[in-house]
Amino acid sequence: MPVTLLWAVDVYGRVYSLSTVGQQWEHCRNAHLEFKRVTAAQQCCWGIACDNSIYLNVHASDLPIRYQEDTYENQRWNPVDGFSERLLPSDRWQWSDITGLQHQPMASFQLPSSSWEWEGDWFVDENLDGEPTEKEGWTYAMDFPATYTKDKKWNSCVRRRRWLRYRRYKDMDTWAKIPSQQTALPDPFSDISCGGWEISEEPRGRLSLWAVSLQGKVWFREDISHHNPEGSSWVEVPPPGEVVQISCGPGDLVWAVLWEGHLIVREGISRDCPRGTSWAGVESPSPEVGTIHVAVGVNVVWAVTKDNKVWFRRGVNSHNPCGSGWINMVGEMIMINVGLNDQVWAISFEDRLVYFRQGVTSSELSGKTWKAISVPRDGERSHSSASANSQHSAGCFFSGEVRVPSVVSDAELDLEHPPGDVAISSVTFPGLDSFVDAPTNSSSQPCVKPNIPKVTSDSFISELVSDRKPAKTSGGVESASPAVLEEVIPDEGEADVLSSNSTVTITGSGGPSDPQWSNVDLEEAQIQYGQTGAVADSVDSCSLSSLATYSLAMEDQYGVDEHPLWAWVSGGGCSVDSHSQLNWFSYSLNTSAVLQSVQSLSLSVSPAQTAAWRKQIFEQLSERSKREMDNFRHYEQAIEQSVWVKKGAMQWWRDWKPHKWMDVHFALEQFSGAEGHKDGILFIYYNYYEEKKYLHAFINEVTILVPVLNDSKHTFAIYTPERTKQRWPIRVAAGTELEMHDWLALLSVSCCDSRGIHGSPSKQAIWSITCKGDIFVSEPSSALEAMPYPTPCDQMFWRQVGGHLRLVECNSLGIVWGIGFDHTAWVHTGGYGGGFFQGLASSTDNIYTQTDVKSVYIYENQRWNPVTGYTNRGLPTDRYMWSDASGLRECTKTGTKPPSPQWTWVSDWAVDYSVSGGTDREGWQYAADFPASYHGFKTIKDFVRRRRWARKCKLTTTGPWREIPPIPLSDVTILPCAAQSSVDTVPVWAISNKGDVLCRLGVTLLTPAGTSWLHVGTDQPFKSISVGAASQVWGVARDGSAFYRGSVSGPNPAGDCWYHIPSPAKQKLKQVSVGMTSVYTVDENGNLWYRQGVTPSYPQGSSWEHISNNVRKVSVGPLDQVWIIADKVQGSHSLSCGTVCHRLGVQPMEPKGQSWDYGIGGGWDHITVRGNSMEPPRICLPSMTEPLPRAAHTPPPAAP
Amino acid sequence: STMADDKDVLRDVWFGRIPTCFTLNPDEVTEREAEAYYLLLPRVSYLPVVTDKVKKHFLKVMRAEDVEEMWFEYEGTPLKWHYPIGVLFDLHASNTVLPWNITVHFKNFPDQDLLHCPSNSIVEAHFMSSIKEADALKHKSQVVNDMQKKDHKQLWMGLQNDKFDQFWAMNRKLMEYPTEDGGFRYIPFRIYQTLSDRPFIQKLFRPVSPDCNAHTLGDLLKEMYPDALTNDGEQKRYQVLIHGIEPLLETPLQWLSEHLSHPDNFLHICVVPVPTD
Repeated sequence: MPVTLLWAVDVYGRVYSLSTVGQQWEHCRNAHLEFKRVTAAQQCCWGIACDNSIYLNVHASDLPIRYQEDTYENQRWNPVDGFSERLLPSDRWQWSDITGLQHQPMASFQLPSSSWEWEGDWFVDENLDGEPTEKEGWTYAMDFPATYTKDKKWNSCVRRRRWLRYRRYKDMDTWAKIPSQQTALPDPFSDISCGGWEISEEPRGRLSLWAVSLQGKVWFREDISHHNPEGSSWVEVPPPGEVVQISCGPGDLVWAVLWEGHLIVREGISRDCPRGTSWAGVESPSPEVGTIHVAVGVNVVWAVTKDNKVWFRRGVNSHNPCGSGWINMVGEMIMINVGLNDQVWAISFEDRLVYFRQGVTSSELSGKTWKAISVPRDGERSHSSASANSQHSAGCFFSGEVRVPSVVSDAELDLEHPPGDVAISSVTFPGLDSFVDAPTNSSSQPCVKPNIPKVTSDSFISELVSDRKPAKTSGGVESASPAVLEEVIPDEGEADVLSSNSTVTITGSGGPSDPQWSNVDLEEAQIQYGQTGAVADSVDSCSLSSLATYSLAMEDQYGVDEHPLWAWVSGGGCSVDSHSQLNWFSYSLNTSAVLQSVQSLSLSVSPAQTAAWRKQIFEQLSERSKREMDNFRHYEQAIEQSVWVKKGAMQWWRDWKPHKWMDVHFALEQFSGAEGHKDGILFIYYNYYEEKKYLHAFINEVTILVPVLNDSKHTFAIYTPERTKQRWPIRVAAGTELEMHDWLALLSVSCCDSRGIHGSPSKQAIWSITCKGDIFVSEPSSALEAMPYPTPCDQMFWRQVGGHLRLVECNSLGIVWGIGFDHTAWVHTGGYGGGFFQGLASSTDNIYTQTDVKSVYIYENQRWNPVTGYTNRGLPTDRYMWSDASGLRECTKTGTKPPSPQWTWVSDWAVDYSVSGGTDREGWQYAADFPASYHGFKTIKDFVRRRRWARKCKLTTTGPWREIPPIPLSDVTILPCAAQSSVDTVPVWAISNKGDVLCRLGVTLLTPAGTSWLHVGTDQPFKSISVGAASQVWGVARDGSAFYRGSVSGPNPAGDCWYHIPSPAKQKLKQVSVGMTSVYTVDENGNLWYRQGVTPSYPQGSSWEHISNNVRKVSVGPLDQVWIIADKVQGSHSLSCGTVCHRLGVQPMEPKGQSWDYGIGGGWDHITVRGNSMEPPRICLPSMTEPLPRAAHTPPPAAP
Repeated sequence: STMADDKDVLRDVWFGRIPTCFTLNPDEVTEREAEAYYLLLPRVSYLPVVTDKVKKHFLKVMRAEDVEEMWFEYEGTPLKWHYPIGVLFDLHASNTVLPWNITVHFKNFPDQDLLHCPSNSIVEAHFMSSIKEADALKHKSQVVNDMQKKDHKQLWMGLQNDKFDQFWAMNRKLMEYPTEDGGFRYIPFRIYQTLSDRPFIQKLFRPVSPDCNAHTLGDLLKEMYPDALTNDGEQKRYQVLIHGIEPLLETPLQWLSEHLSHPDNFLHICVVPVPTD
């Protein structure tokens, strides 16, 4: 999870943010004004200040917000002047847009607001579709409008060139006022809500911003996106009544509250129409009590009624935005907010604390309990989070448990804090987790305040406490931790402070018609802030004022405004889910005191045991086992059993045809081998025509254990060198995921033991990744790159490292970066294990949670017929109505499962518009027939159409990886170093997922994640980058051409300019890798190219030389060794796609090598050998010209 | 009720493990830095029996000439190898954070505190003599003397190789007594205390009182170590630990001897001060 922020405003209008890794509220000090409300997205936060204007705070990023303006200069040739600006009357403007229709002189370009600045002056674009143009950038054509070429021909009568200028948004991390429109808005804004970023990814960073004015009108801000963070204008969206509050979810939900207390729902919101088309009405949850607040997420709606009751709307989704019914939830709140992942925050009516709804998952959207966020604000007395941390690390030294640090040091809290403030540290509403259906007559449920114990550890205990001795509890707990409420009501005197009456007196003071929805009246609150002690006056104002008063009373007692009173919270930018480990909640000493007393109580109450001592011994022994062993099961046993057998039932993909899964017995026999290494044999016992047979593999011959993607079975493959040659591993399936992981962990440890491999991967390690996202690492020997007899590739031993990545890059200093399927960047912590590896197969102090998200795609196919038009009834020969991309396999929305049982769905099916070839407004692509090339518009020749649906799924695992927020990446490269070189700062370059080129600063051995990004400007997005041992940086742009970055050096890590290098003829490059001196690229057709003529004085080289086809990816190492992922490799039994191959015969004078050696595969997607700087031993042989013996036996790659 | 079988206690006792972190004494001369070594130590075994791996681990970083007899120390206290591991832990390290941090030494053997242990046969001899001593108390040595040499070996091998069934197949005999006696002749016990120079308290004590009432743990302590008991109105000062747990004082001593004795057939009782924090 990236580090993100929860935003909140206190009753005095001060804006605070709380980081997901933080332990205190940070005051947003650059907010010069007081704010009423804020609404956050991940990239920015919007707010309404007390001047009723709207302000925007765009979070700073290493990636600038940069907008490219362009305009075209057009010229026509005439015999007198040659090319000149004298155009024909029918021609376009001399300065125009690309179409020529729009007059666009340079002077007409203005900065949109004072938050922008120009990066530089206009310059000519000297690039046409990946090809460099002549110096002045002219492109020629016969006439306007036409196809332009970079060469002037005899018939070129017109020419044009493109001028570019960049502007940059500069007001980062500060509240910038959104300029008011020329046509002044009728009245000031009172509410604001942003969301809608899941509706469409185009344009990048698109947001919907809804606002409500004091007159109850609704406004929509047009055109907000990454490149236009401020949006362009307000458009009125007339509601059917006077709106007081609005809420916009991340998806297409928008709900608003009307003044009368009813709700309206915006319908028809879609990608094409983010504003929606119409309003529908929904009744308030309680007929007598109007709604004052609504909050929506992706699939949830929460509401608060005027009696502060909280309601959850059942059955809400995209197709039914109105939902089906209300459910009354526990808790009394004044406002509520739904953030990312449908997580819920609220501000409690009683104590004005921010509460987080715990246990909200996609299957249980209503969550479980409210939990108060109890962290201090910066500048307040610290609750000593530092000491808590040290405690935590000492106490959980080897614990495999989820770490839940106890934030508050008990003793300290007891000493330093007056008892009153302990009570706020944790309040959980007692066991009312089950739903209460909305009562039809609310009168039957009088507005009685539940008897809520102030200090509880969980709902169970609190129930016990409150049930046992209700009266005594309030008194008993009071001495230890008096409830805040009791302390601060000044005039209630002898009254039973916990009875319903006193509270109702206060809440009801404003009367039912009180305009409570108007939230915070800042001015009034501030006046009260000054008038200390004006209790009697303010009690009679609105309920809010009484709360403000209530805080003043506290100040009298304790001197400091210890307890923050919150007015507003926004979680729209706060990325947490039910797995997140937050340090926002703390328990107090009193909690454990209550816990203990309850325990002793329950013991004495329990029926007399004839043998209490015996029971005691059983219980204590069991506790002892928990205490002394549960967290340490991964420790080695002191006494080993000599032969040890693990057996189990498995399924095996049998070797003979017809291949199918058959039930087998699976056994691992382990014994102590030579030199103390443990060794073992793996047995698979099966029946062959009634005959019992078995298959076995020696553990020390197993080269890899690979989890295999299978949507229904838990399968993995076992390879030996022989099996790798055959391209036919032993495939087995376990009954459950747990069983598979147990086996994998055990077998993996056995394999490592038998080879004496332990601990973290070495700095020279070779890393690779399967298409499933599993990470493998192999320890190279110096013989791996030996000449002429290198270690055969299929004998390499690979072990798995926890985590999930799409790409990994390393260098020989041990710096390793990875990129997830969701483009998150990760850095290797130096640990090993994680995932299903536990105990000694895993390091303990540098394993972290890792998540990844990817999309699963299915296709909806239709055929046109003259009667009904396009229908889902195809012809008999046709494909399935719902299929995979090939059309051969049926994939329905309901039948399609996540890729493996480790993945869970996190979104619903949605039409995917980002398909190559384009789509129409409904996502359809058309073609003459299946299968054909599709286009995004219908012609009369098109008889079939299809559209792609995507659904996101998520995996949560652990591994030795730490996130490098916040910029998502698509490629990364780390400078490969020679074996003995010492580099202080390691050059790391990357491509963001939007194609920006980035240079990472501050990467050292101690800080492998670096410190910040330096943006390197390009005129088009990039897709691949690689830095060589001499800091030579090569990139591949999206148009398929290559670029070389000039003048990159230590003092000038980002270089100074790009040199354009055309791609091989008619090929679009997709990946580049640069070793010590060699430069290799792969194009989109699977060709591997070597750059000829690269010399220190001419580092760009001269031409491309074809090396091989059938290549998916290349990695060139610090020895200029070349490794690839080959698309297809034929083995003796089968063919493998995605195979690791090693270039043989690479020598200093022969950098292109001679032939390929084939290693592990298929299913491999990525390899990096850039850490392996181990020089091979030098062996001189009489004849170097003989063909390589191994290469002679290996089959050639299959044609692509 | 569905109470667990008393036999389960035997398993729990046998399979008790203490997570331990062995670190090399920083004063030792090493060729490179020695990493800590983590092991689950059986509570009922002895340090020399279960620390072969530890020794091997640290020898890797040491020169042979720097290595003398290995010994262990916890927070300044040399650990007596002839006490069961669980006793050492309960006595010196109960109520501390796990894992148990033991320092490994290869020189400056503290002769005044520890017995030398050149090989595991010394441990075996010590173990067998304890068993014999216990049986002398329980059965006037009748049972152990009736056993053959291989039966003795089975007891030792069971302990050495952590074979519960192997051990108990034989040890069962040592736990028998005539029903009419209501228990052993005497209970083999040792009471250890941290704050005393005396190694332990060991006296004759019968499981049944003259008036045929079963003696309890409380009765034993009252006679042997009255300070360990908490008087009415007093703050509890001592914990009475057996295998890391605090049995109630009303627990019958005979039952404890049958179920919570160590493999050496002694009931090892640790009296440690109540932690102050």
